Amino acid sequence: MLKIKELHANVDNKPILKGIDLEIKAGEVHAIMGPNGSGKSTLGHVLSGRPGYEVTAGSVEFLGKDLLAMDTEERAHLGLFLAFQYPVEIPGVSNMEFLKAAVDAVRESRELDALDTVTFMKQAREACSAVDLDQAFLKRGVNEGFSGGEKKRNELLQMILLQPTLCVMDETDSGLDIDALQVVAKGVNDLRNSERSFLLVTHYQRLLNFIEPDHVHVLSAGRIVRSGDKSLALELEDKGYGWLVDEVA
Amino acid sequence: MSQERIDEAITREYAAGFHTAIEADTLPPGLSEETVRFISARKNEPDWMLEWRLEALRAWQQMPEPQWAHVDFPKIDFQSISYFSRPKSMEERPKSLDEVDPELLATYAKLGIPLHEQEMLAGVAVDVVFDSVSVTTTFRQKLAEAGVLFCSISEAIQEYPDLVRKYLGTVVPRKDNYFAALNSAVFSDGSFVYIPKGVRCPMELSTYFRINEANTGQFERTLIVADEASHVSYLEGCTAPMRDENQLHAAVVELVALDDAEIKYSTVQNWYPGDAEGKGGIYNFVTKRGLAHRNSKIAWTQVETGSAITWKYPSCILRGDNSVGEFYSVALTNNRQQADTGTKMIHLGKNTRSTIISKGISAGHSSNAYRGLVRISPTASGARNYTQCDSLLIGDVSAAHTFPYIECKQPDAVIEHEATTSKVSEDQLYLCQQRGLDEEKAVSMIVNGFCKEVFRELPMEFAVEAGKLLEVSLEGAVG
Repeated sequence: MLKIKELHANVDNKPILKGIDLEIKAGEVHAIMGPNGSGKSTLGHVLSGRPGYEVTAGSVEFLGKDLLAMDTEERAHLGLFLAFQYPVEIPGVSNMEFLKAAVDAVRESRELDALDTVTFMKQAREACSAVDLDQAFLKRGVNEGFSGGEKKRNELLQMILLQPTLCVMDETDSGLDIDALQVVAKGVNDLRNSERSFLLVTHYQRLLNFIEPDHVHVLSAGRIVRSGDKSLALELEDKGYGWLVDEVA
Repeated sequence: MSQERIDEAITREYAAGFHTAIEADTLPPGLSEETVRFISARKNEPDWMLEWRLEALRAWQQMPEPQWAHVDFPKIDFQSISYFSRPKSMEERPKSLDEVDPELLATYAKLGIPLHEQEMLAGVAVDVVFDSVSVTTTFRQKLAEAGVLFCSISEAIQEYPDLVRKYLGTVVPRKDNYFAALNSAVFSDGSFVYIPKGVRCPMELSTYFRINEANTGQFERTLIVADEASHVSYLEGCTAPMRDENQLHAAVVELVALDDAEIKYSTVQNWYPGDAEGKGGIYNFVTKRGLAHRNSKIAWTQVETGSAITWKYPSCILRGDNSVGEFYSVALTNNRQQADTGTKMIHLGKNTRSTIISKGISAGHSSNAYRGLVRISPTASGARNYTQCDSLLIGDVSAAHTFPYIECKQPDAVIEHEATTSKVSEDQLYLCQQRGLDEEKAVSMIVNGFCKEVFRELPMEFAVEAGKLLEVSLEGAVG
């Protein structure tokens, strides 16, 4: 599904990613771990095409297409979803309006008719209960005045409605209490199937207790320095990142 | 956004920028007593009206042009403007829509105001002012049954001279300001509305203004009188053809809300804003003011997207006790547009209340200023004002300014002022795009969200229109 080869990227002319190789197959869950500043979040933004994130070398193939040649919204149309670490507020634009516009835009790109409002409302309400968010949030401005946990659940809500093919989750677990973490984990586990893949960016092994990854990668100084199965995450929990970073250096 | 897309958007044409080839009867440029006499004679006005105009002209000739607004433009040569133009076929006024010049009707159809259709469907009564002359008023009959008078001001001068004489110039005196004096001298047409005591006007009233001829100024005059305990909602829309030279629009609108009456006045203004370099466009220098008697309410709602320069402060004089004034405004400027707009709330009566919600959006190289005055006089005990002024910047070369003036001479008044300035942030755009929305849709959604508090004050169908207008005016505004 996703093939990243020798990916280099700069932010503000500073090299952050220095040769990433990663392949994700349909249905797999990959976790990217690593110390602060290692480039974990940058990888997510480069994949989704954030302005200002400049790819200097390498290639990314997504569902057989050249991902890096596409606009941000085209990548979204193709099924790439990024759950933000710090979701922004859009005052005055209701969550419902925003969600409907997003779902319609994605459907339109696939030459599907827009959902009628009744059908959409029904889906939106179901998604709300799946992420344990009161339906009143649908009427509020996008993330406007939401708590940290509510914002993260709102990201998950969008993910459920958009039904993406590849979900990149950027530290969705950070700042969540244990209950909220379980809600997010359940949401992700419910979405798991043989067609859909996940790339979980996280600092902590904690999330992986609830979402069991197929592969774990450690990112350090812009490169993947170690890959393994879920036991690698446990080892990191035990020993920290230092030994890996030292080993590479 | 790429330079290409910006260029593409900048070269996009103004959708209402067509010119209709109708033979017109246009007075040569110039302004003197003769001009005023000519206009008055052409309209068969009574002597008192002519005298009223002449006194305004004399006052205007003594007045200096105001310089205080935060706008910049070359000096206007008032002698190079024609002060009267009317389509030739209007010599004999049409008796019904069937007799109206089909070219004219086609013009309005292009503007999206199919008169016949509106008659059938929308339940909106429309008065259309084309250059200087009011062309037709739909729905006259149905309104008459309710006792509502809705016609052009010229007709009103002929048919309801007592009402016009009683109220004209009582809210905006002839010598009020430079452009009001000019308007009083040369106003050519406009709308007149009278709602009798206790009547709730059965439909939205609406006027569309269109400047068609080149080198013509448009000076319309609108007078709305809501008698005791009556209610009316009125909407005006404005467009003009694209021309390289600037055109002057100096209107005066007077509202009178007698005891317990309510007037809601909504404007969707889309005069030609000039091209991307600031060439051409309408100078929109307008005086709008309402006088609120006891327990009455006046609400101004405006969506301003057009004009090269907007200089406009719809105001309320809250004379009667417990009267209420409201001002909801969205002013959007793009390219080289300049807007200096806001309101004045003059609290005279006891327990008077006013609300000001102003949303300014600046894109391109434009400049957008909010200028507002809240004055609480010593007589206005228990007065209350709430002001909220929000500015949204798009791109990095646009400007937003806020000039709030507060004069309070009553110790128990409560005045609140909130102001914010924000930018459409890259993060907001990125979120929208990551979810599959293209950039233009994203900007339009963010801006519409920003304006929501104002849009919900507009009558439903116009709220939709206003949203679309913003979308069009903003196309390509993001750098």
